[in-house]
Amino acid sequence: MKIREVILSTTPTAEAVADLRLGDIVYLDGLIYTAREGVYMRALEQKANIPMELPSQSAANFHCSPAAVIREDGSFDLGAVTATASFRFAKWLPEWIAKTGARLIIGKGGMSSKDYKEYFVPNGAVYLSTVGYGTGALLGRGVETVEAVHWHEELGIAQAMWVIRARRMGPFIVASNLDGECLFERENAKIAENLDRVYEGTKPAVLKRYGETDDRSDEVIG
Amino acid sequence: MIPISLIESTAQTLMDKAAIEIPQDYLDGLKAAAATEDGDLSSFVLKAMLDNYEAAKEDRRAMCGDTGVPRWFVKLGNDARIEGGFVALEAALRRATAHATASVPLRPNRVHPLWRTDHNNNVGIGAPEIEYGFEPEGEWIDLITVHKGGLFGTDYRMLFPSDGIEGIKRFYLDSLVAFGKRGLACQPAIIGIGLGGSKDTCMVLGKRASILRTVGSRNADPKIAAMEDEFKELGNSIGMGAMGFVGKNMVIDCNIEVGYCHTGGMQMSVHAFCLSSRRAVARLFPDGRVEHRTDPDWFTPYQRRETVEWDPVQEAAE
Repeated sequence: MKIREVILSTTPTAEAVADLRLGDIVYLDGLIYTAREGVYMRALEQKANIPMELPSQSAANFHCSPAAVIREDGSFDLGAVTATASFRFAKWLPEWIAKTGARLIIGKGGMSSKDYKEYFVPNGAVYLSTVGYGTGALLGRGVETVEAVHWHEELGIAQAMWVIRARRMGPFIVASNLDGECLFERENAKIAENLDRVYEGTKPAVLKRYGETDDRSDEVIG
Repeated sequence: MIPISLIESTAQTLMDKAAIEIPQDYLDGLKAAAATEDGDLSSFVLKAMLDNYEAAKEDRRAMCGDTGVPRWFVKLGNDARIEGGFVALEAALRRATAHATASVPLRPNRVHPLWRTDHNNNVGIGAPEIEYGFEPEGEWIDLITVHKGGLFGTDYRMLFPSDGIEGIKRFYLDSLVAFGKRGLACQPAIIGIGLGGSKDTCMVLGKRASILRTVGSRNADPKIAAMEDEFKELGNSIGMGAMGFVGKNMVIDCNIEVGYCHTGGMQMSVHAFCLSSRRAVARLFPDGRVEHRTDPDWFTPYQRRETVEWDPVQEAAE
């Protein structure tokens, strides 16, 4: 299989999103904003006004806190950018996607195919995973400017809403599609076929733990 | 007497090096892994990681946006003296951590567990951790900083002698598979295993095995060293690679450390030091010399001593 590379706008057309295939490598152009639990709680639970025009300015929500500092003169020094694990945000994402029109959810580890089918696909959204997940320096190079940092006084630097202008920012991997398929579940299913052989010569612990399952095909998220 | 200003300036340099420069032993290990990898996606990931380390060094920017939780290990020769004593030392390390958070910059990861208060400088209650070790001779101190990722890849289990090696393998595989799915552990990683001690010291042993030993190092006990080889091989036979994609490389190396435990138990912990295996070390001498390296060289014969009294001659003979 040859890996396909795609340049994608952060305000993508429906056709561009529909064209993405699991495992495609994507580089992004345009505005991206970071939003994780702090932003979700503030916008959705405390009903604060979102300080951007969404999705017209950006339909790309990055689950990320950058390694960055706000200087005393108000300017920014942003070094490396890396995603944080997305499954923890499933509680807020359905409402967030519906409210903001986000088409690209970018993060680490992806969501379950159930999440994709229930609220990604109906909203025309897909999941992009960062690579590695440690390609922070490469992604940092793709940041042309920091346009704004919202709510940093209320939420702190790590949880604030960073608005960054991306130029060929990447690589990202397409981890869901508009059929609601999940790249990680596909890979897990392939790997699970081999696990019985690997586990030969081992035995379960003599003392069990509550809630313990021995089914290694289980997903750990979702 | 080692000047406190030298400690602080060296500590700042170490913070910078740890965040930006991947240690050579891990880089060599990852390159060797990349050469054997044939899964399409996992090969792509490893190549991107190798590009990323280059970009970090060229641009002098942190290799990963999650710059982990900076912490310190301080090892002292028995004759080392520090200007201002240990309180001054700890203040210098806290200042260096805060300063580097702004100057590199690092992500201000450290928050209060309940109130989520963020001082934006990676300093707070119990942060950064500062742990100590001692060696029988020398006037030097070693400053070691490690910026380990914080969330996935670590687990503990109380096993028993009847679980045996089969039970140890089982828990090892369980940990790798569970945290390896979707790449949550950011593998391929240096895996550390702690065996024995008590629950807390077992965690410490395993963590130190992953972060304070290098790729290619082996336990001084030849039977444990053989287990390390076997467990590396076992982890890489799972069929899982980077990001949990189909692949051949989960484990860049497996390091095992042991401590004597309760006669009825066999505590076990597993730790994954991620793709950004960030560590930096310097030895400081009273005459102002500073020698930088990336091998913490923590597990010396003295650290693994078994006898009541320290007798290097007897230890060497065993």
